[in-house]
Amino acid sequence: MRLNTKYHNEVEIKEEEILHFEKGIPGFPEETKFVVLPLSEDGSFSVMQSVATSELAFVIASPFGFFRSYDFKLEDSVVEEIELKSENDVVVYSILTVEDPFDKTTANLQAPVIINKANNKAKQVILIEEGYKTKHSLFGKTELHKVKG
Amino acid sequence: MLVLTRKNGETIKIGDDIEITIVSSKNDQVKIGIKAPKTIEILRKEVYEQIQEENQQASKDISGLLVNLKSRK
Repeated sequence: MRLNTKYHNEVEIKEEEILHFEKGIPGFPEETKFVVLPLSEDGSFSVMQSVATSELAFVIASPFGFFRSYDFKLEDSVVEEIELKSENDVVVYSILTVEDPFDKTTANLQAPVIINKANNKAKQVILIEEGYKTKHSLFGKTELHKVKG
Repeated sequence: MLVLTRKNGETIKIGDDIEITIVSSKNDQVKIGIKAPKTIEILRKEVYEQIQEENQQASKDISGLLVNLKSRK
């Protein structure tokens, strides 16, 4: 199907590329379908584009390249909701809040997007772990410390 | 909103499978234990609102900055 997008003009997507967020994402409860479209040539940045709303798109990145010690445990409720059977099926993205200047851009490590690539069910999960926040500087030298809140 | 008075250690039952126990209370802080099916998500409301707010910010238009992203090799 043809899809009008925010940053990629019109693109052709396949039904099997569509991610299903059964309950939408926080702030956008009606937005249940997204596709991931590549953005940067090096593959480190992508866009999570709404299928229903062409003007709605988020810049995302895999967090592990930027935050080496990033680590969390998925709650059982999440594992059940997206029917995760194997750790190998998990894909994790962080939603970025892109700033001007670009080096002020932050990543939301508190609420990663978790995708089950076996069935394309996905959820933006809010971590209970203390220490991860909605704004972690992507290019800063800030170390991740887990601190008790 | 239903308001109930409970003492430390006392429990409220919601439906068949949710129990909320006052673990302790001291000054203006209450520690609450929640027993619920694992399919039910339990979150601090202010954290949820913060994530909503961050998603709103993250969805703003960044067309002007795309060149920075696309050219990364």
